Amino acid sequence: MTIYVCIKHVPDSAATITITEKNRIEEKITFLINPYDEHALTEAARIRQDDADTEVVAVCLGKPAAEATLRSAMAMGADRSILIETDRNHDSIFTARALAAAIRQDGRPWIVFTGKESIDSEGMQTHFRLAANLGMPAATNIIEVQAAADAVQVACERDPGTVDRTRMTPPCVLGVGKGLNTPKYPTFPDIMKARKKEVRRIGLDALNIDPPAAAMALEALAPAEERRTPKELTGSASQIAARIVDILKNEAKVI
Amino acid sequence: MQTIGLLVEFKDGKVKAAVFGMAAAATGTDRQLVALAVDAPVAEAKAPLEACGITRIVDIRTGATGWNPAVQAEALTAAMQQFDITDLIGLTSPTGRELLPRVAARLDAPLIMDCIAIDLDKRRVQTTQYSGKAIASIALTGDRFIYGLRANVVLPQENPTQAEVVEFSFKPEQDAAYQVIETRCDGSSGPQLAESDVIFSGGRGMKNGENFKLLFDCARHIDAAVGASRVAVDNGWVPYAMQVGQTGVKVNPKVYLAFGISGSVQHYAGMKSAGTIIAVNSDENAAIMANCDYYATGDLFDILPELEKALAALNS
Repeated sequence: MTIYVCIKHVPDSAATITITEKNRIEEKITFLINPYDEHALTEAARIRQDDADTEVVAVCLGKPAAEATLRSAMAMGADRSILIETDRNHDSIFTARALAAAIRQDGRPWIVFTGKESIDSEGMQTHFRLAANLGMPAATNIIEVQAAADAVQVACERDPGTVDRTRMTPPCVLGVGKGLNTPKYPTFPDIMKARKKEVRRIGLDALNIDPPAAAMALEALAPAEERRTPKELTGSASQIAARIVDILKNEAKVI
Repeated sequence: MQTIGLLVEFKDGKVKAAVFGMAAAATGTDRQLVALAVDAPVAEAKAPLEACGITRIVDIRTGATGWNPAVQAEALTAAMQQFDITDLIGLTSPTGRELLPRVAARLDAPLIMDCIAIDLDKRRVQTTQYSGKAIASIALTGDRFIYGLRANVVLPQENPTQAEVVEFSFKPEQDAAYQVIETRCDGSSGPQLAESDVIFSGGRGMKNGENFKLLFDCARHIDAAVGASRVAVDNGWVPYAMQVGQTGVKVNPKVYLAFGISGSVQHYAGMKSAGTIIAVNSDENAAIMANCDYYATGDLFDILPELEKALAALNS
């Protein structure tokens, strides 16, 4: 059976983001796997451990540089990968179509994993759109997965303290959250092995994607400069506490 | 006339406070505001919804016995069609994160979550990207439009009117391929982090999970929520659901109080839009001390009990 893990190549969260043109950023910075996708890969590798016939395939819609991220994905457990090559950033309506088309063309999924959101565009929706394109059920913010050939049961953390248990008939799309597992980072031999694994490159034109009628177009980016000017609270612990209460009451007016 | 649907959420039988800000964000000339409530106690919500400009309340009944986001999204989609709603706004809350993308996926409609500004005339929105480091202006095209609003970005405003309540019964067929078999609440559901006006948050300096009680003790006096930094979560002191930051909850309170939190870039990604940031840390060189509104260099284990006493005194 085949598990697909959708991967996004994103700027390191610690990187400095410089806006170059009105809607572009300087891309000569560190890019890596979207952190939520690491949990998805780790889970896929865990499921495969119990089932030797399972293959894990990483899929990414990205620029040629995204190959590095697919190599990392293979070092973390994917057996092979597919890079849908593009020269631009796409919205999630288009991305979901491209991922669905590549998966459909490649094989028959048992489970399709994604992260519950990406840390660059923070859209929180691609997994739902992917599921709609593939005609599959979807769940989000998954913190536990029990996968069998004919049923996939997941736990989804909705609110702090509220967990929904959902049973789906595979194939299904699982958008995973951080509570799922601790990512298993690759060892040096894993990285060496990943160099020999296959990255199949396909062009968007090979996927015959119907242009969507709807779109979300990034028109402009502006730096979110928010420098604050700190004022010190001094005195004894009780004086500081009294000042904080005063701020809550008289400045912020929240009590 | 543009018909705007507002996905109304409830907590403990009452309309959530953040919904009124959402109504204010949707208010404009030549617009009708329609509240959409799914399997909810609508009767009691009529008066507060009328007070913020809503002229129609659609009481959607799915007949489902428990929470099922796929069923609710299908019913919402049907209600949008039935009542000619072109634009649907919801909160970027746990419920909104489940329902809004499902509706958008069903309609193949554009959706932007976590909007900090919505222009319903031009269908342009602003949201943060790249861990809150950039503000993106995004234009939506299509025939239906979905928006997730960040809580508390628009203040509620009085706009009294009369509303009619319309019952809309929509019972989707049970989908055997997607079934919610159990929902478990551990009872600890305090105010929701993402929608709270005040958040007491703890980090490495809290030293262990038991000490978070000091934060909860302060928070309960003023109905505040308690959050945590990634370090506190990774150490297993508190559950992940309490994590504020890039890979946790993004919050937008009026006041964010950070105790023993160093203030990493990733933490700021989740709380930088707070109205006022107050930091207490024993390390005067912690990053947060240089980028907050008020800071106190000191021992949080001295300050928190004093703060708890002072907050308790307010209510007595």
